[in-house]
Amino acid sequence: MRLSVVDTERCIGCQSCMFACARRLGEGGLASTCIGVRSIGGMERGFKVVVCRACDDPPCASVCPVGALQVRKGGGVRLDAAKCIGCGHCRDACVIGAVFWDDETNKPMICTHCGYCARFCPHGVLSVVKGKNVESAGLADNAGKAEKARKAERVEEAEGAEKDSSPPQAGMAAGAEGPDGGAADATRKAEEVEANA
Amino acid sequence: MLKGDPLANVLYIDLSKKRYRVEQREDLFEKNMGGAGVAVELLHEECPKGADPLSPENPIIFAVGPLTGLFPLASKTVAMFKSPHTGNLGESHAGGRSAVAIRTAGYGAIVIRGANDIPGYVAIHGSEVHFRDARTLWGMRNSFTVGRIIRENEPAAGLRSIMRIGRAGEKLIPYACVTTESYRHFGRLGLGAVFGSKKLKAVVVSGKHSLPVGEGGGGFGAAEYRRVYDQIYQEAVASPVMKKYHDLGTPENILPLNALGGLPTRNLKDARFEGADRICGEALAEHYLGRRLACSHCPVGCIHIAALREPDENEPYFYKTSMISYDYELIYALGSMLGGSDPEGLLKLIDRIEVYGLDAMSSGVVLAWATEAQERGLISDEQTGGLRFAWGDYPVYLEAVGRIVEQPNEFYAALARGVEHAASVYGGKDFALAFGGNEMPGYHTGPGAYLGFLVGARHSHLDNAGYSIDQKVLTKRQVGPDELAREILKEERWRQVLSSLVVCFFARGIYHPETASAALRVAGFDRAPEDLQRIGTEIHSRKYAFKVREGFSFDDLRVPVRVSETPSPVGMLDSQYLQAAVDYVCSDISRTGC
Repeated sequence: MRLSVVDTERCIGCQSCMFACARRLGEGGLASTCIGVRSIGGMERGFKVVVCRACDDPPCASVCPVGALQVRKGGGVRLDAAKCIGCGHCRDACVIGAVFWDDETNKPMICTHCGYCARFCPHGVLSVVKGKNVESAGLADNAGKAEKARKAERVEEAEGAEKDSSPPQAGMAAGAEGPDGGAADATRKAEEVEANA
Repeated sequence: MLKGDPLANVLYIDLSKKRYRVEQREDLFEKNMGGAGVAVELLHEECPKGADPLSPENPIIFAVGPLTGLFPLASKTVAMFKSPHTGNLGESHAGGRSAVAIRTAGYGAIVIRGANDIPGYVAIHGSEVHFRDARTLWGMRNSFTVGRIIRENEPAAGLRSIMRIGRAGEKLIPYACVTTESYRHFGRLGLGAVFGSKKLKAVVVSGKHSLPVGEGGGGFGAAEYRRVYDQIYQEAVASPVMKKYHDLGTPENILPLNALGGLPTRNLKDARFEGADRICGEALAEHYLGRRLACSHCPVGCIHIAALREPDENEPYFYKTSMISYDYELIYALGSMLGGSDPEGLLKLIDRIEVYGLDAMSSGVVLAWATEAQERGLISDEQTGGLRFAWGDYPVYLEAVGRIVEQPNEFYAALARGVEHAASVYGGKDFALAFGGNEMPGYHTGPGAYLGFLVGARHSHLDNAGYSIDQKVLTKRQVGPDELAREILKEERWRQVLSSLVVCFFARGIYHPETASAALRVAGFDRAPEDLQRIGTEIHSRKYAFKVREGFSFDDLRVPVRVSETPSPVGMLDSQYLQAAVDYVCSDISRTGC
């Protein structure tokens, strides 16, 4: 199971996904979130969604000097916090900035692709896809990938895969947006999230 | 409240001394919860009696609430100050990323005192406060550019708020606003001028603090938090009311209000606008809507941005595209109120006002008054510097806004002080549409609206939504002045609770007393619905206490003759009825001991 960014152009920047990720751990605020939504240079231009794209061959794991990041079946990585020495190489190796950092423990925070955030995306920007042949969209959002992701989602719904506890994914995911206000350079390197003291 | 909740932290910043400190104020938050309740107490503490609103002694207070960062739609920040526009309570609310940024930076409130000696801006990143030089930014014509520069100079994209002023604030125009995240505003009552008087160009806030939920005592943990959250979130995304705000946004109300005969038109000479179908929410969405946006932690996303493509006057195939945020109040104030039905002219005027950082409603009412005053010969071509105001003439209005900001002569300097002042100099008070010194919002719906403007603590339609009582109750049955007054007071007192939590008023149908109480429990506040009602009444009287302390009197309230000359949806306005309702409010408020 992987998290997929289906269509960043539908993102309104509400950051409900970010709060969901922290809430998963029973916390308010945003300290523990493993997903980031920010404007691509002024909100009028739209947003980028920074989240682990579950690379098949993840650079973050390759550069880990102590083997604290294990490649996960189906893509992405798992953190063994006991092994981690907090060197930050993984964060530097992730060109999309999807290795978030816990300033308190001085260790990375890694998306587990649980899909909780997707359930709180009111406009269908995020979804959960299953199966190895489906390309996870990550930062990119071209139409082909989005289409594949949508199909995969439907298959998954048919299988009744997402029977988890809480409800949402409701209501307002309606019609297409108007013309784009600015060209989204979706593939450019995501900015580093500045830790604040 | 929960032990260790950073909500209790109040950050005090002294611009004169370039110092800051944090105080734990559990006392304040325990009693008043947050937002408006805490801010009004801080205002009483910090603002000396009789302070000049544009002097260093006037404090700027920002406050958020216990639900901020925990629950959806608790997305607003309350700003309080002494208003340079009315001379008493200054309060305005804005969303954007401001509320979540302040809360996750580790504060419940921020107090800014003193003044900079040279232009500066303040950057608050978690526990660090930086005093930055803003001399290069001062005097910059376009407030969008200021936002861009600060954005590039400061860290924490996506987790920060950049609250800034434009030229209007620098020029101390008492209806200058503070803009946050380009499109949201602390719009009313002149916070922009208070920033300007402190040579404070901007306040940047960012943070990434985690926030606790109730483990202490009540037995509530993560599971209860998620349960209450899911319930609120589900209502937010499924309710038809919220869908309305997402689809067309507040401009959805243009056509219904026009059909009702409640849309102020041409300085309220009319209450129906023949051009409404060209500037209504439907028309703007169809031809211009370019993007919809949300405040942090609001799944609704009511912010509507138009994309306006304009050809260059001289060079072929050279276009510029501006992204312009529009809402009901802007379409009223800068559209129907000015008799403007050209949507492109309207969007350009909205954009210009955004560039300068003026309050859109006050600006529109001032321009509408000027148009009628010139029409009636109260002001001459010489005084206007050759401009001839005419209904719907956007090129003239665009030029006039620039002159209001730069004030090349006495006439524009008078307009820059608001419609009440301009009419006191040039005459035309009967059609100078201000209430309690604040220019009117876009509702000519009946006595509820006007009573609301008159007695609302900040003379805003959002204080008590009198316009809603007009439409829901008065159109169906007769209501005596006392009953109307009681309804207005009840609504305004409950809204003190919402604005202390601080929940967006658009979500008032979701955060009814029981829901608010359940959410508060998760945040460590044990408050039964009845407690909330009582707290709301107390906060309301604390606001009035400040107003009265600073010289406000119900006896000074003026009702412009114009409002009883134009029929409203519930008939002609009876000034005696309105006076009786004001008298009721006055005696009720005196009784609750302000």
